[in-house]
Amino acid sequence: MLRAIGIHSVDDLFSPIPAEYRLARDLAIPRQMAESEIVDWFKQRAKENGEGYTSFLGAGAYLHYRPVVIDALVQRGEFLTSYTPYQAEFAQGTLQAIFEFQTMISELTGMDVANASMYDGSTGAAEAVMMAVRVTGRNSAVIARSLHPEYREVLNTYATHQAIPQKLAGFTGSGQIDLKELERVVGDETACVLIQSPNFFGTIEDVEAIAEIAHKRGALLIVSIAEAVSLGIVEPPRSADIVAMEAQSFGVPVGFGGPYCGVLATKEKFVRQMPGRLAGQTVDKNGKRGFVLTLATREQHIRREKATSNICTNQALVALMVNIFMTVYGKVGLRELAKQNLAKASYAAEKFSQHAKVLFAGAPRFNEFVVGTSEDPYALNSRLLGHKIVGGLPLKKFYPELGKAALWCCTELTTRSMIDQAVGLVAETERSARSLKEVEEVTR
Amino acid sequence: MKHITRKATRHISQNEGLIFEKSSPGKAAWKLPPLDVPEVDTAKLLGKLERKDLGNMPEVSEIEIIRHFTRLSTWNYAIDLGMYPLGSCTMKYNPRVNELVARAEGLANGHPYQAEKISQGALQVMKTLSDCLLEITGMDAITLQPAAGAQGELTGLLMVRAYHESQGNARKKILIPDSAHGTNPATAATAGYAVENLKSNDRGMVDVASLAAQMNEDVAALMVTNPNTLGVFEQEIHKIADLLHDKGGLLYMDGANMNALVGKARPGDFGVDVMHLNLHKTFSTPHGGGGPGSGPVAVKKMLAPFLPTPVVITHADGTLGFEYDRPQSVGRVRAFYGNFGMFIRALAYIFANGPDGLRQTTEDAVLNANYIRKGLEGVYDLPYSTPSMHEVVFSDKVQSKKGVRTMDLAKRLIDYGFHPYTTAFPLIVPGALMIEPTESEPLEELDLFIEAMKSIAGEVEEDPQFVLDAPHNTRISRLDETAAARKPVLRWKP
Repeated sequence: MLRAIGIHSVDDLFSPIPAEYRLARDLAIPRQMAESEIVDWFKQRAKENGEGYTSFLGAGAYLHYRPVVIDALVQRGEFLTSYTPYQAEFAQGTLQAIFEFQTMISELTGMDVANASMYDGSTGAAEAVMMAVRVTGRNSAVIARSLHPEYREVLNTYATHQAIPQKLAGFTGSGQIDLKELERVVGDETACVLIQSPNFFGTIEDVEAIAEIAHKRGALLIVSIAEAVSLGIVEPPRSADIVAMEAQSFGVPVGFGGPYCGVLATKEKFVRQMPGRLAGQTVDKNGKRGFVLTLATREQHIRREKATSNICTNQALVALMVNIFMTVYGKVGLRELAKQNLAKASYAAEKFSQHAKVLFAGAPRFNEFVVGTSEDPYALNSRLLGHKIVGGLPLKKFYPELGKAALWCCTELTTRSMIDQAVGLVAETERSARSLKEVEEVTR
Repeated sequence: MKHITRKATRHISQNEGLIFEKSSPGKAAWKLPPLDVPEVDTAKLLGKLERKDLGNMPEVSEIEIIRHFTRLSTWNYAIDLGMYPLGSCTMKYNPRVNELVARAEGLANGHPYQAEKISQGALQVMKTLSDCLLEITGMDAITLQPAAGAQGELTGLLMVRAYHESQGNARKKILIPDSAHGTNPATAATAGYAVENLKSNDRGMVDVASLAAQMNEDVAALMVTNPNTLGVFEQEIHKIADLLHDKGGLLYMDGANMNALVGKARPGDFGVDVMHLNLHKTFSTPHGGGGPGSGPVAVKKMLAPFLPTPVVITHADGTLGFEYDRPQSVGRVRAFYGNFGMFIRALAYIFANGPDGLRQTTEDAVLNANYIRKGLEGVYDLPYSTPSMHEVVFSDKVQSKKGVRTMDLAKRLIDYGFHPYTTAFPLIVPGALMIEPTESEPLEELDLFIEAMKSIAGEVEEDPQFVLDAPHNTRISRLDETAAARKPVLRWKP
């Protein structure tokens, strides 16, 4: 090859790099490893990472069963090792799969159209807000405090530099958004109201009532959905204008937080303001059905600085996992799956309420609930860890006023015995705390 | 077919409808275990919020699902089938061990909010990868949080802005060479900056004189890709850096083309202040039909306070953890810690290569590109004769005289069993053919590619219409994209 090119050594090819910037030493990184060593190294790390623990964590990352056909199919090289389907004739597999994904997400969310996916639920929500600003020509946003706190943080990062002022709307004793406060903060300059349902506390919002308030002032309603399985049993937010969803629950590994699968879905009339890739149906020269990436004039590679977003990739392979999951469970299975989640969480909340305080009891919820204990939740959790149980997420960090409360989650994978064991361990200190309190009261 | 193609031949491929067209009531591919807690009355729990109907969701059996997606998959081209010479996309081999280790139970099922005490494995992956990437880039600090290259760019520019604000002036604009990828200007706009174009010189590099003229105290940064999208190393990079630094500006490097530098040169050594990497390009994580990617951002010391939260730190007792209390941070760009699954794969790739392997990877990538350049020189127009690094850009100048453009040549290449090269940019080359073979390609595959490209050039001379009608051997012929955009059909309806 060197001879064909007409050079003497490979180093000649690097002569365009000025000599003083050429690295004259080995990189100081671990030595080359054999495949068996690589496998061992990561297996060891996996063992140090909570392997064998029972977890009650949700909060935007949900452990559901992943049917084995998902990994069997997404590991086919033709899906795994292909690029964005710009050359449609050669990428119909990916394109048709995206088209089916868009169809199923539209069906489940009650929207007209969905895009091919976004990075994740948090960035999807931020992109939805920027989309609402474009649609309405207004520039401020009202955000529910019961939206995932990390989604709010991401939105803050994006909104600051887009000059989108935000107002917050709090929650009531039922955990739902405070409608009276919402009425007050939504104004004629409000581009959108962004809520989550089921919200961060697992409570299902009255989307209709919220939509009415938003629409009355000409604002759009964006509904973020972090737990996609809820769509099997909870009425979708049909009165929303944009649904910004995290589809991780549909067959995507919890994977320490990513990669996940955000999706935007909206009404037909807003589609040209929606960011992200879209697959559309068309025909070839012989009238045969085929699919292409379409409406690219919204995107960065055509519009450069005038694009709807700088987003370039989607999460195609993760969206394919989601796609296969939705196909496996389908029309009947998704509902049954959601019902099991509902039943487990309902059972667990009932059990916890016998020993501790289950907050926000007045409103319907899906598979998460908030438990207030007299023991500090961090202390409780480290006690549970000793029993190989990962307790709920302490809320103090995000909601100081919920100091001794934690967010617990049950899915179809949570067994009754796990729940009973966790409740038993919580009850131990609650009992002693209660007796301590009684002692205090008596001695006072 | 006019010319014989050695790489591809016709083969039976299965027809397959949409999954919805196969659906019928009663078919199922799922089974839940018996419920071990009491059944609930959904109407009582949810009231009017209960969903009764899931619309047109499909009902199909498991074998139908396997066949459906397997059949679809066979309609795709993939690296596993052959060379995928998309310039600037770095379509290299995706090692299978990466997929295996990413599925190790504790890593695949680890929850982002589980206690640090039982997250040491994941943290160790993040720490080790961070250390390796810092050594490879020659930078001081890093975040792995951005979900993709474009988000990495945004994160980098937000840090640039935060840095300038801390100096008392956020500044107004970002300079971007006319050879840049479309994300660069789109990102600058998202970060609230105006974009000013910077012209290239006749060698395809940043025109230093223009830069000197355009540089002033309104410029926050220059976003440069190095090697640039022509595959050309910016030889005056240090002068460029000095011009920026003298006026208080920063040098941003788009790491899209880092596959030309790993183990051979470090951006941190040639004046770069902030850069992003694409783990899905340089570090072999699969493109997966368009994602997920991962776009870590590495910076020099003075930008470290502005990194997104949280950052991985080592506690006094030697254990690893996350630090959230960073008052100057630009904030979060994504929930949790980024595309962790991609960190595992990238680190496995680094382990499999080591220092020698990474250096050789870069050498082979540059060698392969130059071999193609030599093989096709004289057949296709080479607009810039400047030496190529890991990719080479030709133009359709010769073929367009016959009415055949780069996209037509690309479509014909499909018939020869190759994925097309990049056609859409760089914009400074009208009718660009941007070819990046990567290190993964054996000599035989490179020769087949050169042979195919030469053969197509011959076809253009003999029968341009035949090339214009390509592809001839795919399941479907060219699709009507105009109709798709004019009256969009974005979902199936019964």
